Amino acid sequence: MSRLQVVSGKGGTGKTTVAAALALALATEGKRTLLVEVEGRQGIAQLFETEALPYEERKIAVAPGGGEVYALAIDAERALLDYLQMFYKLGTAGRALKKLGAIDFATTIAPGVRDVLLTGKACEAVRRREKHGGHTYDHVVMDAPPTGRITRFLNVNDEVAGLARIGPIHNQAQAVMRVLKSPETAVHLVTLLEEMPVQETADGIAELRAAELPVGRVVVNMVRPHVLDEAAVRAASGDHRDAIARTLASVGVAGGTALVEPLLDQASEHARRVELERAQRAVLDAIGVPSYELPFLGDGADIAGLYRLAKELRKQGVGA
Amino acid sequence: MTEKSPETHGLDAVPVLDLDPLIDDLGTRIIVCCGAGGVGKTTTAAALGVRAAERGRRVVVLTIDPARRLAQSMGIDSLDNTPRKVDGIKGSDGGELHAMMLDMKRTFDEIVEAHAEPDRARAILENPFYQSLSAGFAGTQEYMAMEKLGQLRARDEWDLIVVDTPPSRSALDFLDAPKRLGSFLDGKFIKLLMAPAKVGGRAGMKFLNVGMSMMTGTLGKLLGGQFLKDVQTFVAAMDTMFGGFRTRADATYKLLQAPGTAFLVVATPERDALREAAYFVERLAAEEMPLAGLVLNRVHGSAAALLSAERARAAAENLDEGRIVDQGAGKTDRSGSPATEPELSDLATAATAPPVPQAAPTADPAQESAVDDAEHGDDTDVRHLTAGLLRLHAERMRVLAREQRTRDRFTALHPEVAVTEVAALPGDVHDLAGLRAIGDRLTAGR
Repeated sequence: MSRLQVVSGKGGTGKTTVAAALALALATEGKRTLLVEVEGRQGIAQLFETEALPYEERKIAVAPGGGEVYALAIDAERALLDYLQMFYKLGTAGRALKKLGAIDFATTIAPGVRDVLLTGKACEAVRRREKHGGHTYDHVVMDAPPTGRITRFLNVNDEVAGLARIGPIHNQAQAVMRVLKSPETAVHLVTLLEEMPVQETADGIAELRAAELPVGRVVVNMVRPHVLDEAAVRAASGDHRDAIARTLASVGVAGGTALVEPLLDQASEHARRVELERAQRAVLDAIGVPSYELPFLGDGADIAGLYRLAKELRKQGVGA
Repeated sequence: MTEKSPETHGLDAVPVLDLDPLIDDLGTRIIVCCGAGGVGKTTTAAALGVRAAERGRRVVVLTIDPARRLAQSMGIDSLDNTPRKVDGIKGSDGGELHAMMLDMKRTFDEIVEAHAEPDRARAILENPFYQSLSAGFAGTQEYMAMEKLGQLRARDEWDLIVVDTPPSRSALDFLDAPKRLGSFLDGKFIKLLMAPAKVGGRAGMKFLNVGMSMMTGTLGKLLGGQFLKDVQTFVAAMDTMFGGFRTRADATYKLLQAPGTAFLVVATPERDALREAAYFVERLAAEEMPLAGLVLNRVHGSAAALLSAERARAAAENLDEGRIVDQGAGKTDRSGSPATEPELSDLATAATAPPVPQAAPTADPAQESAVDDAEHGDDTDVRHLTAGLLRLHAERMRVLAREQRTRDRFTALHPEVAVTEVAALPGDVHDLAGLRAIGDRLTAGR
């Protein structure tokens, strides 16, 4: 498995949840993973039901089998100040820069600089080593910006190298690009089996490929069990209403045909959804990217659900 | 806030958001749809536009980044930054719908072209820093969306503008970005950057403090000298336009606070989406921007809600066991009265602890004959199918319960916010008929 796992996806597809589950799944036997977020939304803290994450790597979960998940909310401004401190020993001058709006300028307005700082910090964590020489983190999982912006976000080289043609930011961009375009990195796209997210996924993959960024997997999220198919529903909606009502009564469910009607409506809705999902799955298959499949969590994505998804990912080969 | 007992649904007390009076009110000039990504903002905006037009308004819908099929459904699959009339709008009151997709770079270019003489405009448009800024800066889209909104409003060709907000990092970005860009473009920092170009040479040093020279020095080192030069050239070329940016950003901001504006916060009954919605509600209140209410998309319902998930699941398992053990076995409610609570828990226990001694079936002539009538295979099919229906229902009820919990959390925080629910559709929207159907659902009330 690549050491940097970037998770993107259309809004509402559950990319933060998938990223967290992936970090858990990769933290097998004694391994250590770092889960990073880059958009300042504190989604990880909310998911793990802890207080807001500071700009500091801290342990957030223990995986079954003794692995550890650390989390970090990368803040572009802090990353820049750290960076200036590290290379220029700026200290208090950093504050002066901030006062003048220069830090603001560099982190929010100067195109691409923010992205270089965010991806740069993640790449630093990927490369970091302990005193004994081993990597600090076995894997770094990034909860990245959504599909519509992911290629632009990762492709900092084009963005920045064109503008900052020399200097440390330029060099930083080059170094980051080397990691991002190598097999060390895999970019996963989370989707639902619905038309819009699938379309965005297809577009996103095309963009990633055009930018020569390594496409990892499509993660099909919130897959519902197919309890009934179209044929069963068609059979049911015919002349079996009375028989169904009797069968219901035989297990103590009163309500008669008045109950059968809404149950059948729900079933035909379900069957229609199954059909739509089948069509979307065909679209995904045509893209030719391997996929993971994660079940729909009826109770929502809480911590228990997260562990369940991690288990599911391991079953499908993550961390093996 | 009143305490609610666990049995009552929180939403019972919530005011219902009635959208028809809002879109019919000629005083409503702007409707802004905002919310987290993926909650159906654009679809909601488009559906409202269609409905308002068919009720007689002259409407323009400004979408930011619509899904392809949705854009096609309104006939705006080309990105030309101009409102296009949407064909197929029904209604006898002379209503019209126009729709457009925002092209942020084009909008930015147009501002430059409109406010600078040709030579200067060309210099700006060709500047590498400008090109990056206009195509890429994380706030440009937000800024340009607000700019376009101001332009559309100023043209006064439409009596209602429905605007969708960009898919931002945070749903709040579009309120902040214009200010951020505005304050950058005529802020302290840019003036300092410009100072050397303006004053030139040593003379400038008089009012340039140490921080300044260190700053340009550092930035130069960090970003490379060429980059800084590009910025300086850009800034010098834009000089005359700065005041304009700030003024317009302020004007748009005021427009959003005006009485003719209504914000709709869009969400789905998911934790994250409703959390963003809550932030938004608070932020709008802080900015004194008029909130009309919350549109809750993709809400699941059931016409069989009286049958609980537990009971449906237990009955399904009972059916499965019955099929394996004994076709005729099963617990029948012979009295015909609805199942009582003790019976319910019996079923639940039975379901979790097989094998279960089934209640001996007592003779019931009516049912015996009915079962006899059916083919043996048919009977198995029906049992299988019924078990499936029950399972599906149990799953549905579980989703309902979760959605209710999430909504209750929001309601507890903001009981004053009016809500309209939009039932979940099995598929995506592809055409005007689909948008019309959404419009019906939006305004169906509860």
